[in-house]
Amino acid sequence: MTIAFPAPRADVLAKRDRVVAALKAIVPGEGVITEEKERRAFETDALTSYRRVPMVVVLPETTEQVAAIMAFCHAEGVPVVARGAGTSLCGGSIPQEDAVVLGVAKMNRVLDVNFADRTMRVEAGITNLAISGEVAHAGFFYAPDPSSQLACTIAGNVAMNSGGAHCLKYGVTANNILGLKLVTVEGEVVEIGGGALDSPGYDLIGLLVGSEGQLGVVTEVTVRILRHAEGARPVLFGFREIAQAGQTVSDIIGAGIIPVAIEYMDREAIHICEAFAKAGYPLDVEAMLIIEVEGSEAEMEAMLARIVEIARRHDVATVKESKSAMETAAIWKGRKSAFGATGRVADYICMDGTIPTGRLPDVLAGIDRIVKGYGLRVANVFHAGDGNLHPLVMFNVNDPAEQVKAEHAGEDILRLCVQLGGCLTGEHGVGIEKRDLMREQFTEVDLLQQTRIKTALDPKWILNPAKVFPLDAPRDEAPREAA
Amino acid sequence: MTLHTPSSPAELAAVVAAARSTGTPLAVAGGGTRAGLGRPVQAAATVSTARLSGLTLYEPAELVIAAMAGTPLREVTEALAAKGQRLPFEPMDHRRLYGSTGEPTVGGVAAANVSGPARINLGAARDSMIGLKFVNGLSEDVKSGGRVMKNVTGLDLVKALAGSFGTLAVFHEVCFKVLPVAEGERTLVVAGLSIPRAVEALSAALGSPFEPTGAAHLPAAAGEAARTLIRIEGFSASLAYRTDALSKLLTPFGAIETLEADASATLWAGIRDAALFAGTDEAVWRFSVPPSAAPALAERLAPLSPRLVLDWGGGLVWAGIAAAGDAGAKAVHAAAKAASGHATLARAPDQVRLAVDVFSPPAAPLMAIQRKMKMSFDPAGVLNPGRMYPGV
Repeated sequence: MTIAFPAPRADVLAKRDRVVAALKAIVPGEGVITEEKERRAFETDALTSYRRVPMVVVLPETTEQVAAIMAFCHAEGVPVVARGAGTSLCGGSIPQEDAVVLGVAKMNRVLDVNFADRTMRVEAGITNLAISGEVAHAGFFYAPDPSSQLACTIAGNVAMNSGGAHCLKYGVTANNILGLKLVTVEGEVVEIGGGALDSPGYDLIGLLVGSEGQLGVVTEVTVRILRHAEGARPVLFGFREIAQAGQTVSDIIGAGIIPVAIEYMDREAIHICEAFAKAGYPLDVEAMLIIEVEGSEAEMEAMLARIVEIARRHDVATVKESKSAMETAAIWKGRKSAFGATGRVADYICMDGTIPTGRLPDVLAGIDRIVKGYGLRVANVFHAGDGNLHPLVMFNVNDPAEQVKAEHAGEDILRLCVQLGGCLTGEHGVGIEKRDLMREQFTEVDLLQQTRIKTALDPKWILNPAKVFPLDAPRDEAPREAA
Repeated sequence: MTLHTPSSPAELAAVVAAARSTGTPLAVAGGGTRAGLGRPVQAAATVSTARLSGLTLYEPAELVIAAMAGTPLREVTEALAAKGQRLPFEPMDHRRLYGSTGEPTVGGVAAANVSGPARINLGAARDSMIGLKFVNGLSEDVKSGGRVMKNVTGLDLVKALAGSFGTLAVFHEVCFKVLPVAEGERTLVVAGLSIPRAVEALSAALGSPFEPTGAAHLPAAAGEAARTLIRIEGFSASLAYRTDALSKLLTPFGAIETLEADASATLWAGIRDAALFAGTDEAVWRFSVPPSAAPALAERLAPLSPRLVLDWGGGLVWAGIAAAGDAGAKAVHAAAKAASGHATLARAPDQVRLAVDVFSPPAAPLMAIQRKMKMSFDPAGVLNPGRMYPGV
């Protein structure tokens, strides 16, 4: 337990009754949650070792209600933590005792589906999978597919710029959003972009996607939807040596082949996931790649032939093609449940660093050394095509000393990623988890430029406090005029 | 007119610091080939990135390339081509539209978020930009992003700055993710369609599983029949298969002809560069709208007798309009708004671009955020004042 929370502000706690009354006036009925045992459901997210029970929870149903809530909280200086489904792995939606949790889960309607323009407008609380579900009958889907897609909301995806296994081809959230309805901290409603590919002026969509609830509350999203490929086929490649898998990835991309997904799992991860999903993963190898190709039957055959040839050059031990939709589903179920399956054998923290893909062997050796140094175990699952790593550092939650060791191991792994030319987080976000590591990647002026934008759009710093930026991050109190 | 040509980020920062301390606004220039884009900047001094030049990183197996901002784009594309790779977003070369000379630069492409026909499938410049180093209006040397494809660490200033036209910061290094060059390309052509039918045909193609990387329409003009164009890319077996499948899909729209490699590439380079308007004296407007709004937009613009080109499946509309008076600005912005999009005056004489809204003015709350952005990067208003909006 090494991450600090700021002490709750007494002046905010003192006006709790007034806050509750104001919220009840804005959101009638059961939309305001005040009972402690009900508020407790919102005390953490997927970073479960940290938790704080919020002052009050409000579940608005309209943008107008969100605007009124923000206007009130801004005027009163009350912190607001926006929340989707609470699946953040970095503590991005963990509240604090003096905060209002503003949950958008009740705002989950589909507002418009436009197949001609290949766009869809939804409320922010809809789940990622429900977006695709809405258009699946016509063969369309929404591309970014984080592993938590059954539960996570588009609001959270926008906040974190979520990725997924298939973003090697289709890009991350930022590449698939055309419009946002934003409620500013002052409670003003702003329409940004819409059905066109570009929006006028500065790229505020680009700025807001991935801003982790620091700059405003998004209530509606216009997403691009795409037509499914005619077919998709994942193939398992097992290797006796880790380096062979790494070299295969480099050579595939170097040969001008971009599969839809290239996923890497090490021995530990293969065994954990196979026990859970019975996907037919090879158990006698040190590393496995799941490589998926798309297209017509002939196109998939042609592309796979080239990939297999490259893998054979690196002495691949097992090649196993999916022969049916059921096998395909099982292969992906195993990969996408890696976190959950690991959770059945141990507690873990999941890191999310990214490295230049050429450094894969170095980072694997480094992770092994770091984790062994702390006397811990690790299961590695990576999005190998884009260098996004998810080492799962395992520990026993009932042993506080071991938990601290795991956190230190995780931090060391992220430092290694930055040293190798990568970054702290590829798709999970900074949240509270990596907040204090930001100086590994950024200088003071780098941070200052970011906090200036924060201050410009949230002058009182009430939005999702104590996240993203180190608590002592440099900031100008007011924009500096010419000296 | 003073011209500053810093040769290092530190020198660049010193130029901005001096400008700020003396209250002298700076025009920001790359290769100068797009000087006609945006509102004319009135500044006593110019800072050029000409001497901030050279590739700084190229890792073909990692699909990543970085260069100093003043690097001629040609150096980047040639380095990529030598390894069978390319910039995915197919940047427009503005020299044909403006009749300008010189070399487009990496920084200019980033600052204007310059994209081409492939944007429909492979994203805009901003989607390929993964790292940026820049000097802001406070003369601070700042970085955002990096050299890896997935990076959500902190606020994404890379995207915030893409397309900011030098009004927030002067870039000195840009990092892009890249893609392999497709083994082949082919264009399917349907002749004689009206704009509404053409947009339907393009929409059908773009909604198919066959991944067109170009979807344009050249309306009938000067005795030539209209042509509706769909580009596909891939290895030969795939091209053959997809040609067949798309031809079947488009049967209701008429007979399909195909254009092979070079003929296809030349055609799309012309669409990319708005070559229809090369050497004419029309004002050129560029609309960004939902594709299905394009037919109504064309109808609304009809009283201005525009010459039109549709790209991005109808989502990008180029219109050549008589440059007299306000170059149709009032009617154009109203039409763009009615089409749920926006318009940019991509080419017009300086005095016209000074007098009219070059970019459709955003609604007041959105404009307020734009001003806050400007204040966050350049509170003293040193950099490219007024290039996008008066007072920003």
